[in-house]
Formats: sequence, C-alpha cells, structure tokens
Amino acid sequence: MLKNISFQEKHLLKEKRLNFSALLVLLVVILGTLVIVSLCMGRFPISIPEVIHVLVANILPLPQVGDANVESVVMTLRFPRVMAAILVGGSLALSGAVYQGVFQNPLVSPDLLGVSSGACVGAAIAILIGIGTFGIQIGAFVGGILAVALTTTAPKLIKNSSNMMLVMSGIIVGGLMSSIMGIIKYIADPETELAEITYWQMGSIAKVLPKSILMVAPAMIVAIIIIMILRWKINVLSLGETEARSLGINVKTTRRIVIIGATLLTASSVCISGTIGWVGLVVPHLGRLMVGPNNMKLLPVSFVLGGIFLLMIDTIARTITSAELPLSILTGLIGAPFYFYLLKKERMNLS
Amino acid sequence: MNLRIAKLGFAYPNGKQIFTEVDFSLKKGEIFTILGPNGAGKSTLLNCIGNLSEPTQGGIFLEKDNIKDLTLCQFAKRVAYVTQIHQPTYAFTVEEFVAMGRTPYLSAFKKLGHQDQRMIEEAMELVRITHLRSKAYTQISGGERQLVTIARAIAQEPDFILLDEPTAHLDFGNQIRTMKLVKKLSDRGYGIIMTTHNPDQVFFIGGRVGVLNRSGVFEIGVVDQYLSEDLLSRLYNEPVHLFYSNQLHRNICTAGA
Repeated sequence: MLKNISFQEKHLLKEKRLNFSALLVLLVVILGTLVIVSLCMGRFPISIPEVIHVLVANILPLPQVGDANVESVVMTLRFPRVMAAILVGGSLALSGAVYQGVFQNPLVSPDLLGVSSGACVGAAIAILIGIGTFGIQIGAFVGGILAVALTTTAPKLIKNSSNMMLVMSGIIVGGLMSSIMGIIKYIADPETELAEITYWQMGSIAKVLPKSILMVAPAMIVAIIIIMILRWKINVLSLGETEARSLGINVKTTRRIVIIGATLLTASSVCISGTIGWVGLVVPHLGRLMVGPNNMKLLPVSFVLGGIFLLMIDTIARTITSAELPLSILTGLIGAPFYFYLLKKERMNLS
Repeated sequence: MNLRIAKLGFAYPNGKQIFTEVDFSLKKGEIFTILGPNGAGKSTLLNCIGNLSEPTQGGIFLEKDNIKDLTLCQFAKRVAYVTQIHQPTYAFTVEEFVAMGRTPYLSAFKKLGHQDQRMIEEAMELVRITHLRSKAYTQISGGERQLVTIARAIAQEPDFILLDEPTAHLDFGNQIRTMKLVKKLSDRGYGIIMTTHNPDQVFFIGGRVGVLNRSGVFEIGVVDQYLSEDLLSRLYNEPVHLFYSNQLHRNICTAGA
C-alpha cells in the first residue's frame, strides 16, 4: 500500500515538474527567437544570419561583419533596447504578480497601487533638483515606497480591508500623484526638464543607454533574488494574515520585505522606461491561466511572459510607424481587451 | 506533551474585559470543547491559545515553555490552527494547499523533500481527500474545504490542533462527519481544542468542556455531569432540553418547546 503510494507520488511529481519546466523552456525559447527577430526589424532591415553573426562575434573571437553599420545598428541601437524591454517587462510582470499575492487581491498592479506614478513623481523631483541618474533611481524608489505606503494605510484608517477598498485607495493615491506631477511639470523648465519629465511619463525605452541599464540592473537583480527566495512564503501570505501566522510566518516582516522588493523592481523599471501601464496587471493573470496561482511556478513564468510581452510591444512601437509610439498607448490597446478576455475566462470572483 | 492555559485573561485596549481566569490543561489525545453564546469571546480565547492574539493576563505553556518565548515557527510545529471556512482568493490545488502545512519545516533554501511529500500524502489519506488532490481549492464544496484545511493542519505534524467552529457553514451530514473526524484525530493522539455553537456536539464528543458566558466567566466540567438543562437554558436564554438516547448511548440536546 505504502509502496504503491510512493510510486504514484513520484510519478505525479515527475510529471508535474516536467510540465512546468517544459513550459518554462518553451517560453524562454520563444523569448530568444523574439530577440533575434526584433534585432532584425526596424527602418534598417537586417537578415537573421547577419544578426546571429554579430551576436556571436561579440562573444567569440570571430571577425566582425563587413558592414560596420550593421554591427552598430544591432549592438548600439537595438540590443540595449531589446534588453531594456525584457528587463522592464519582466520586472513589471513579476512585481505585479507579487503585489497580487501579498495583498491577496488579483485586482492590484504596480500602476493601480500608485507605485508607478509615485515612482514617476520621485524621478521627476530628482530631475528638477538635477542629481543625475543614480539620484533619479533613488527618487523613483522613495516615491514608489511612499505611494505604496499611502495606498495600504488608507484602508487601515477607514477600517475596511476589502479588495475594493485597496483598489479605491490606489486610485486616490494615483490621482494625487498625477496632480503632483502636474505641479512639477508646471514649474519645470520647458526647454530642458519638462521634455525629460514628459518622456518619463509616457513610457518609452527609445533612448535607453547601456549605461542606464547597467545602473539599475544590480537593484533589479537583488530584488528578483529576494522575491524568488521568498516565493513559497508569498504563497502562504496569499492565504491571509491569520493562516500565514499560524503556519509560522512573521507576517509583518515578510510582507514588508516582499513589498520593498516588488517596489524596488517597479521603481527601477520606471527609472529606465517611465511608467508603462497594464503589463503588471495583465501578465500575471495570463501566467495564472497557464500554471495556476502557485508562486513557485507563477513568478518565473510571469517574468518571462512579461519580457515577451513588452519586447513584442516595443518592436511594434518602433516599426509600425516612422514616428515612435509611446509604449503605454500600445500596452493599453492590447492589454485592456486582453484583460477583459482573461476576466471572462477566469470568471473571477471579486467579492 | 502538555498544553497549559494559566490564568488567561483578555481585555480590549478600551478596558472591556472579555474573559478572565481561564485555567485548564490538555494532554495529547484529549479533546477539550469550548461552548458559549455568540459574542462571548470563544474565538478570542482560541486565538490567544493559538498565539494569534496576545492575552492581557496570564500565559500559555507548552510543557515548561511560555509560548511567548517560542518563535512562530517553533510554535507552528507544535500547535496547528484550523480557521473557519472562508472563500479563498486563489485557486491553489488541494495538494498545494495541504503542502503549505509544511511551511514551518522549510526555509529559504530548503524546498519540499521526500519526508515532506510523505507527510502531505499521509495527511490527505487520513482525512480521505487524496482523490481531490488536483482539484482547485476554490471549486470544492464547503465540507471538502474544511477537510482540506484539517489535512493542512495534520501536515504540520503538530501535537495540538485548534479548531474554530469547524462545523460553521456546513450541512447536517458534514457536521457529523467533521465531529467524527475530530474524534478520530484524538484517537490518533492529537490534543484538540475546539469551539462550538452547538451543545449537542459537545455531548457527542464528551470529555471536558469549558463554558464561556457573556460576562466573561469561564467554568470547566466533565460534559455529562456539568452540562445540565438548567445551565444550558441560562447560557442561551432559551429553554433547553436533554434526552438520553439508548440508541446513541448519550444525551441529546435540543430546544424549541
């Protein structure tokens, strides 16, 4: 009897693991293919063999492609942008999934909690003061943390901790932040600062430099590692405070660390790309449809899916017209109907 | 292993005293029921014992350890808490949900191992929910959800299990099944503290009962000697009747005359 069970259990475990890792590998392969395709596309089309040659030549000591333009378009113009799209998309999706878990609320996202707009305000203030890229990063993080603190405090003050209250509170904080943003834009120097701030608000990775990716990458990687280590605990937190505590989890501390990690991710994304809506809301839902709500699987899948999603969006944004489309326009155009479809499919119980 | 509740009292910050001088102890394999009307503070009492609320007087001891001095993790390995049924947010599978009972034994770098998986299987087997393992926790019935939560508590490998009104929101058949399961768990050696609204369940369980009335007085007795028609009628402000059933070999409690 017992032997029987253990055989069955091993079999089941194996099958599940295979399914999940197969899916993850598949997604990574799709992402990789998309990277190559995206590097080919643009106003200066480059063939797939050329792109692969340039990429390989950057790792292995091979002679470069004859045309120096090809090398420069791929490596200087497109590659940083592709990397930024993956990092930002992945980070936003990951932080969205994490917020949805710790707040036990599938309706929240970095934008709905006011984190994105808070980070944007922080970044804009840093631009006004003029303290450089690192200062902007700090500003974005502080703004994001303040916003999420405000959003989570309001329901406590009103003594109503329902899902809806948290969403309402996020809308309030988001509104407050956009007003502050208005003030900042009003007093900013229209020649220099205003343009930079507006660029931030629209969401774009057109001007991303390798330098700025390298600036935020350490913070992102640290945040991702913290979140990945704690993903079992995020599962337990998503059961609610009482149950998490009775399972031996220090709810306040763990929740705080996880929220700081997710906010750091959002703020770092805002730093290089400005505010990009929808990714953090929609992608985790898509991930949940694929692998279920278990964060052990959901978080890695969300990151890769987020990378795929934003890379696709950004490639469309820079190829569809000669003028660049701001990313938030496209994420909204694609994200909003898609979210509706997901809600319909999940038949989510929101009460 | 001995769970001792010593001179326990709880008052709200505004000074309102909920209960005082709660004093009893429990060995493994024993069941202790807590009976009381709505709003008397049964859940608050159970929350204090479960280390979820902090008592304002007295303390709770596992052997010689005051639970205040234990880490949450150490406590969770010895005492499991089964909350009332509620609508969960996310559709974890039954197996994933039961697996979360292993949380106190895991760390950041220690994932579920074979020992953990065996405990999860045993827990699901004991409450007979193995066939539900791949079902979403959100899509099973209330009665099944109660069983899954109890399985999670068993997967915690505790010495004591606390149940907060385990039969609330359950239909008649599921209420009886849950009570039978509670008895089975005590036969397996778990010490159990359970709150309930229904005095008849207390007669079914037997053993010792603690009665918490609205003025915060807590009294303890052996069920058949202590729970009288008179006491229950005063407790609920409603005439309560006890009948001895020769078929069931126990008292039946009902009201409505």
